Amino acid sequence: MNEGLNKPEYEIPPEMKHSVAITTIDRIYNWSRRSSIWPMMFGLACCAIEMICTAASRFDLARFGMEVMRPSPRQSDLMLVSGTVTKKMIPQIVRLYNQMPEPKYVVAMGACASGGGPFKEGYNVVSGVDNYIPVDVYIPGCPPTPQALLNGLITLQKKIDTQSIRDVRWYKKGTSETIPVPVLGPDIMDPREYDLLRQYTFQKLNPENINQPSVAEQEKGS
Amino acid sequence: MSAQVVTENVDLLEKFPQSVKQDDRAGYAGYIVSADHLLEVVRFIRDDMGFDYLASITGVDYLPNGLMEAVYHFYKTSGGPGLVIKTQVDREQAAIPSLVSLYPGADFQEREAWDLLGIRFDGHPDLRRILMWEGFAGHPLRKDWHEPYYEEEGKPYKSRWPEGKVYRREDKNPFHKNVDYPAGFDPDKWVPDDDSTLYASVNKISSAGGESGIKTDYVIVNMGPQHPSTHGVFRMVVALEGETIRALKPVMGYLHRNHEKIGERNTFLQNMPFTDRLDYLSSMSNNFGYALAVEKLMGIKPPERAEYLRVIMAEFTRISNHLFAIGSLLNDMGAYFTPMLYAIEERELILDIFEATAGSRIMCNYFRFGGVARDLPEGVEEKMRDLAFKRLPRKIDELDLYLTNNEIVKARGEGVGVLTPEQAIAYSASGPVLRASGVPYDIRRADPYSIYDRFDFDVAVRYHGDVYDRYLIRVDEMRQSVRIIQQALNGLPKGPIQEGKPQYLVRVPAGEAYGRVEAPKGELGFYVVSNGKANPWRYHVRAPSFVNITALETMAKGNKVADTVAILGSIDIVLGELDR
Repeated sequence: MNEGLNKPEYEIPPEMKHSVAITTIDRIYNWSRRSSIWPMMFGLACCAIEMICTAASRFDLARFGMEVMRPSPRQSDLMLVSGTVTKKMIPQIVRLYNQMPEPKYVVAMGACASGGGPFKEGYNVVSGVDNYIPVDVYIPGCPPTPQALLNGLITLQKKIDTQSIRDVRWYKKGTSETIPVPVLGPDIMDPREYDLLRQYTFQKLNPENINQPSVAEQEKGS
Repeated sequence: MSAQVVTENVDLLEKFPQSVKQDDRAGYAGYIVSADHLLEVVRFIRDDMGFDYLASITGVDYLPNGLMEAVYHFYKTSGGPGLVIKTQVDREQAAIPSLVSLYPGADFQEREAWDLLGIRFDGHPDLRRILMWEGFAGHPLRKDWHEPYYEEEGKPYKSRWPEGKVYRREDKNPFHKNVDYPAGFDPDKWVPDDDSTLYASVNKISSAGGESGIKTDYVIVNMGPQHPSTHGVFRMVVALEGETIRALKPVMGYLHRNHEKIGERNTFLQNMPFTDRLDYLSSMSNNFGYALAVEKLMGIKPPERAEYLRVIMAEFTRISNHLFAIGSLLNDMGAYFTPMLYAIEERELILDIFEATAGSRIMCNYFRFGGVARDLPEGVEEKMRDLAFKRLPRKIDELDLYLTNNEIVKARGEGVGVLTPEQAIAYSASGPVLRASGVPYDIRRADPYSIYDRFDFDVAVRYHGDVYDRYLIRVDEMRQSVRIIQQALNGLPKGPIQEGKPQYLVRVPAGEAYGRVEAPKGELGFYVVSNGKANPWRYHVRAPSFVNITALETMAKGNKVADTVAILGSIDIVLGELDR
């Protein structure tokens, strides 16, 4: 029986080690989840190539039970954001995230997905996917080597180990909230920020407002 | 400075004394053609002078002169140097006649120039934005257009070192994000683009009636941007009659990460690692093209050993790229991941060499102006020899044995997605796509660069122009690459690897240069304009994936919807380079 399944403080006689396990609900729940994470088959850019290499025989993602890549978000547990997130693509990414069933995790693979990376200043680049969707693990590197990606995934497994069935969000009452899909306007628009947006464009319109404290300063004060 | 452009035997000036004049700016070459007579002159260039291949179209915004310039590079598929012509118009009302009627390959490149520079091409059949979305504010590559994170015209930014204190640009943006909106904009009144212009352009063909003569409704199907077989974030909109494709429009830009705008802010050398991320499967080849372009401007040449190392690395890159291309093509045909595993196994060994030499597996950043970054560490040459003389020839044969006569590969490939030689040239296809259609055009032979003229190799050609031949040609090319590597390893001289001292800030004289290499996917060109400052004034990438995709609709029409996947796989696109 898997070492990870047993709760360490309980002694099991050696002759029964292979057939008996004493564990907690949380532990067996997390143990089974962490060992069969199905990532979404979803490649964005350069990092996707390293992701493919990690899935191939040399690095072998299957050792972690993660080799089943699902092309559909409805069947996947993990979104590996592998590459530069652009403004043109972010509505689709948010939509894909919303379509994933709980429990779901997001790993930002590489500098671009984590914070824009070398392309941060680009006019079509979202500087970090966490501007729109929550991220569980960030993996540095440009691109992260397969070893780094594996380390990131092990970190995700450790995170899963700390969760408890009592307070995970997907067993809470009520429906889970979907993230509003960004809109392609003159620039990318986040529906959650329309108030700030209106304030900003109004301020820009009236030159007499320029002497008043800017939106940013107001925010800082509040 | 651009040595490629030979002006002998050209009687353009005599033929069109009114509308053509020599481009006599220092460091420039070619001709300036007036916009009114462009079509006439280009028709002469194509029909009478024999420049049948339009390699690249781009624009340059000469803001200080108030001019918008379109730059055209023509070549002959029989080989030889090229011809550059330019058209200058007022940048406020930039309108130039479209060349799509003469060269269908101009289609996407003109759309790109419209999207990013705001040059209107009159007579273009489908002038829509291509990389950005409809409704985006402004044409971002114009010099007076500033991105939300704009700091200064060129790097290094002073703001990053104000007495040792660095601030982050997002802290100065009210949204703390990379966004900006026009004054007075109201999000509630905004109607986002519903792709109606896109669907209208797909529907143009739909009213004609099918083969049977019965008028049927076409079903419009979207594939992508999230689709397992589009090799990344690529979208195709197809109009189907039953399962037969009647029209197909590629939609791109989902990975448009602004290489050109960032490249014009970077210093010349800072662009080198960015070129790695264009075609991220073959970073060494990308380095090669950019290094050639800037070296042409600077008028320097790398020492012998560096030339050999460059060729060895570029050819290893070609092998690793073709392995990956064949693996993913087989994936697309349904042989899910098994051939890919064989391909990746060999590719990993090549990547080990890159990692040992350049320090990184896939983002090598290995070339420098006038040389390469590092010499081979101990033991790497033996590894290369082992691969080139023993392992790779055997493994390529193995791949050939398993796949070439496979019934499914033949059934899915033969006669599918045919591109005739005439079409391939007209659509400016390059690389394996062009050569699989029976056009023996390889820049390494047709217009040799670096030291390719010293090696004995064959230009692989296949004649059917279908998916199967595009598979076969990659196997052929891997064999030729192995031959080149073997010769280069045997001839590898000792000596320095860098001309002069390595410099962080290189001095590049004013002028223009177009550096082109035979990248694994086709002609990769870098059009660089320098005005003598630390940053390029214009940095344009002529990406093979982007131009090859122009012919996708022609290849796919009449085939079944399942075949598009194989056809797309056989073109071998990489989104980093397609969208740039």
